[in-house]
Amino acid sequence: MNHIAFPFATLPRTAIVDTTPVPPLQDADRKPLTKKEVSADHPTWCPGCGDFSVLALYFKLIERRRMHHEKITTVAGIGCSSRFPYFVQAHGAHFIHGRALPFASGVSLSRPDLHVFVFGGDGDAFSIGGNHFTHTARKNVKLTYVVMDNQVYGLTKNQTSPTSPLGYKSKTDAWGSGDRPINPVKQAIAAGATFVARTSHTNPNHVLEMMEKAMDHDGFAFIQCLSECVEFFPGAFDGANPRKGGKFETVPSTHDVTDEYAAYRLADQDWPGHFGVFYQAQRPTKNQNEAKIIADHQAKVPGLESWQILQKNFDRMK
Amino acid sequence: MSDAAVAPATGAGPTQVSKINEAIIRIAGNSQDGIQAIGGFLARLAGRSEQEVMTFMTIPSTISGGPSIFQVRIGSGEVLSAGDDADMLLCFYQHSYEGHVNSLKLGGIVLYDSDHVTPKPEWLDNYRHVGVPISSLTVEAIGGTGRDKGKNIYSLGLLAKIYDLDVAKLKRLIGERFGGKDASVLNNANACFDAGYGHCLENLLKSYQFLAPQAKIGTQVVMNGNEAIAYGLIAAGVRFGAGYPITPWSDIMELLRKELPKYGGSFIQCEDEIASVSMALGGSWGGRVAVTGSSGPGISLKTEAIGWASMAEMPLVVIDVQRGGPSTGMPTNIEQSDLNTACFGGHGDSPRVVIAPSSVEDCFYTAIEAVNIARKYSTPVILLSDQGIATRIEAFRMPELEKICQDISPDFTAVAEHKPYDLTAPDGVTRHIAPGTRVASGKYPVVTGLEHDELGHPTGSPKLHVTMTAKRRNKLRKLGTEIPVPKVYGASEGHVLLVGWGSSEGPIREAVDKARSVGEPFSSLHLKYINPLPNGLEEIFKGFHRIFVVELNDEGLYGYGQLAQVLRARYSDPRIQGITKVDGLTWKVKEILDRSRALASNT
Repeated sequence: MNHIAFPFATLPRTAIVDTTPVPPLQDADRKPLTKKEVSADHPTWCPGCGDFSVLALYFKLIERRRMHHEKITTVAGIGCSSRFPYFVQAHGAHFIHGRALPFASGVSLSRPDLHVFVFGGDGDAFSIGGNHFTHTARKNVKLTYVVMDNQVYGLTKNQTSPTSPLGYKSKTDAWGSGDRPINPVKQAIAAGATFVARTSHTNPNHVLEMMEKAMDHDGFAFIQCLSECVEFFPGAFDGANPRKGGKFETVPSTHDVTDEYAAYRLADQDWPGHFGVFYQAQRPTKNQNEAKIIADHQAKVPGLESWQILQKNFDRMK
Repeated sequence: MSDAAVAPATGAGPTQVSKINEAIIRIAGNSQDGIQAIGGFLARLAGRSEQEVMTFMTIPSTISGGPSIFQVRIGSGEVLSAGDDADMLLCFYQHSYEGHVNSLKLGGIVLYDSDHVTPKPEWLDNYRHVGVPISSLTVEAIGGTGRDKGKNIYSLGLLAKIYDLDVAKLKRLIGERFGGKDASVLNNANACFDAGYGHCLENLLKSYQFLAPQAKIGTQVVMNGNEAIAYGLIAAGVRFGAGYPITPWSDIMELLRKELPKYGGSFIQCEDEIASVSMALGGSWGGRVAVTGSSGPGISLKTEAIGWASMAEMPLVVIDVQRGGPSTGMPTNIEQSDLNTACFGGHGDSPRVVIAPSSVEDCFYTAIEAVNIARKYSTPVILLSDQGIATRIEAFRMPELEKICQDISPDFTAVAEHKPYDLTAPDGVTRHIAPGTRVASGKYPVVTGLEHDELGHPTGSPKLHVTMTAKRRNKLRKLGTEIPVPKVYGASEGHVLLVGWGSSEGPIREAVDKARSVGEPFSSLHLKYINPLPNGLEEIFKGFHRIFVVELNDEGLYGYGQLAQVLRARYSDPRIQGITKVDGLTWKVKEILDRSRALASNT
């Protein structure tokens, strides 16, 4: 009795008809990927945008860590900074507004062989995506999340963002914003992120250092990267830029990154605050927890084919 | 089942035995009385005895208490619906009695708990009343702890006696259900059953015996629609999914959560509906069709992401177990009112596939088809189930799992070059390669919600938007040509054609059978593929004077149900009319017949 009008079909690999097999690439033959090899579309960002330096440092990270081209996985939501995947010549996903984290979690949890990088802005992360930020941190899904925080909605042309400071004059708060801004580092610590760092686009070496540490962290790694919007909020981060008379003060060497309360207090200091790793802890990742559940369950059905496992259930329903 | 060895009952009782080929038993009580367990036992017993069975239940949407019913129809022949009027009402309380006595056939049996129910004199003539102090006898049977937990199993014993059920098989089922627990639980269950079975039913005039099944149908499995969908997805090779709890979808996610790890997969409970669909899409991009699901309110929340799946042409299976809407609506009642949102929900032109299973067995196979269509056409597929089919239990032929189970593991071997949205693809369908797949040309694809070029990079070109919109639409037109043309049930020509979809196939067919048995030229057509529709329906419609679309939703502003509107839009055929209702209950055969006859007599 065939009830299936659409049976399983073996599908062509790609829409392109060329089926010439590709010789495997040995690890020994791989060279570090150059900027030329990993850059794609020319960024749509305004000249002078802080996001350029984050992109350049991602390329640097790819080169320095000798990432395999096919393994580079870049995910973003919606916003100026979230255009990121188009500028990287690698597998990328440009998802919907605010939902980059659950999408990336789906990749991370179903593909433990990949390290997923997520890029986005402050609106995407803390406003429309606020719920996902909390829960992805709490679940400790293994991925790296870089929020390029410009404290304004840029793509939609200057509305108040969840990190806009009090008094910020935007098109939606012409008289100055009155809503208390989110402190991303405090938010991340409270939500249960296991790696929380802060950096600024004006200090490239520091950005790269934070990205490397985040990438090496086994768990949900969050970086707040100040990234100036020269069009709508110029000068927002001058206070953290020594070249503009500000102070780029790194996290004191005496700070204990495993002390959640100390991290929270450090994050609570007045603008421009500190830069560096605020908090880092080892806690089982969602990926590890799921892998253990799978291993435990598979141990109960050793050597059985899928259909045989299913048959056991069906036999109980006779 | 009459050939089974049955220990002689100890009590005296009816001596006359009447042979029957089906029985409809309605059990009415409160939601915590375990009446679903009785129904479940009866259904499973029927399944093992190669009988046909169908159940129907209602539960309150509150956790504790509240009236609840379970109706089970067991037949030695074909059972198409849970039945209109019951032969037997087992009622535990006065409200169960008074609320459901009108669902009995005239002359039917009221088996009531005389500890809680006082028969009404005006009903004594119409129905055979049999009172048993079920609560106190249950307490007595277990040893007087003062609690009547177990009265469901006691009642099962009573029913086993009345219908001469196979006690050995029932005892085995009881053992399987309670055997894993503390030994005293099983002992108590057996004690309750024996006490009920041994009770002397003095008021009963006769007992019943099912005729042997007409045809050997082979080994059967017994499950509800939600279970069938979950197992179908597993058989199809789905290994990743994400969801958020909502009635009546939650059973599916609970089952997948529990079962998928055995197959190396996971099902993730998310913080909300939007995260669930997003996570599933991430899983699909990871290389293997993933699943999410919900009921109406959750589907609304997922809508934006389903639009992304249309745009990015990402395979995805979305299960919608429909319930009464809009908003929180009637969470534990049946309705088929999500057809519009399934077919057209979302902004922009976002073609997707919508299919609806018609029975519990069909849930299993439709889930597999949903996965295969999603893969083959790189598209979101919405599977429209409903509360009725989700909770109803049916027995169906054991699937040949070895043949059916599929391996849809992704292939990560390198390709020379790749353009997912290739406009020159011979079949016009997008193929994705998952991250981790090397592209020798060094040109990698992006999956995106922006209008894009062949590599997935954004474009503002009006020409490309026109071309890509056509590409997304045309692949589903092509799917339309591959859908089998449905067969008419009954003659291919006649006066009235009843068109249905989803879970109402059974009662519609039974209505056709009844009409034809008295010489009325009725036929029916069941649509499983809702979007796109199969080709060739206009040819079928030509054979009939009237076409009535029978569905569980409102007639809307213009007098047509949701499928009827779609059919009228597609065929511009003024003979298409709607028969709809929204009382939260499945169709009764009589309702369909009365409404169709009335509509057919209008011109």
